[in-house]
Amino acid sequence: MAKQVYYDDVEAGTEVTPLVKIATTRMLVQWAGASGDFNPLHYDEDFAKAMGVGAPIVHGALKRAWLGHLMTDWIGEEGKLKKLSCQYRGMDYPRKMRTMEEPHDGETWSCKGKVTKKYEEGSEYLVECEIWVENGKGEKTTPGSALVALPIRTRK
Amino acid sequence: MASDSLITDDLRKLIGVTLDTIVFKVEEGAIQRYAQAIGDPNPLYNDPDFASKTKYGRLLAPPGFTGWPVKAGRLSERLIESLAKAGAPSRLLDGGIEFEFIEPIGAGDVLTATTKIANITERETKLGKTIFTTLETTFVNQKDNVALKSRSTLILF
Repeated sequence: MAKQVYYDDVEAGTEVTPLVKIATTRMLVQWAGASGDFNPLHYDEDFAKAMGVGAPIVHGALKRAWLGHLMTDWIGEEGKLKKLSCQYRGMDYPRKMRTMEEPHDGETWSCKGKVTKKYEEGSEYLVECEIWVENGKGEKTTPGSALVALPIRTRK
Repeated sequence: MASDSLITDDLRKLIGVTLDTIVFKVEEGAIQRYAQAIGDPNPLYNDPDFASKTKYGRLLAPPGFTGWPVKAGRLSERLIESLAKAGAPSRLLDGGIEFEFIEPIGAGDVLTATTKIANITERETKLGKTIFTTLETTFVNQKDNVALKSRSTLILF
């Protein structure tokens, strides 16, 4: 477990600890089963071509779930994720499998974020973040935002 | 020009319509499979013994977990059917989502998810004339508290 981040320690511009992800065709099948999204856009080459996206694409909702992972890792046990949103702007294409478990070399994604604002509201210490999933070329394919409540250091 | 709009009168009538209400129990295995599919090893989502000793008292669902029935069940069938009947374009993409997390969701919870079509708009995009359908879902738990709200955008072109 990462050490707890406190409201006192962040300010506008503070970086959210990045998270690296590699999308694979295998992972997309696993996500389809776990999420219940059986749209052939994510596993059928011909269907994806007919839909105009060229090849099967990574589920937007999987990238959104990665952003959830990014935020809950960062805010730690005492933080609370209050809001999360993102837009599926750019298509991402999974790496294909080389063996049962290992994908081919290729693209690696990063989930990133930075603090845009912090403020107190009622009894809560709130922090707004800009978050995004970035592809191998550094393009933000899935921009979004998050609102979290963080603990404060005990003041004497 | 109105005659060029993809939004038919039948589509416009869908605005405000409640599509479905689904009641389902959050299963431990469903949470674990979901966390594994994300690649999130957090023991709160993966280890029932660990999670039961935390303030949550049960295996916790990762943020955005809305259960298989909401995504795969009657709701998506009903939505796609209603849109097709109203003359909407048949190609669709997921545009994005907003979540508001109000109460924790965990194994054993019974959720009632009600989804309505909040809005249907149209604009020109690189896909051509494109319809944006906004769906709002409210998840109420067994204590009658709203646990989660989502607002998702479906792109039809």
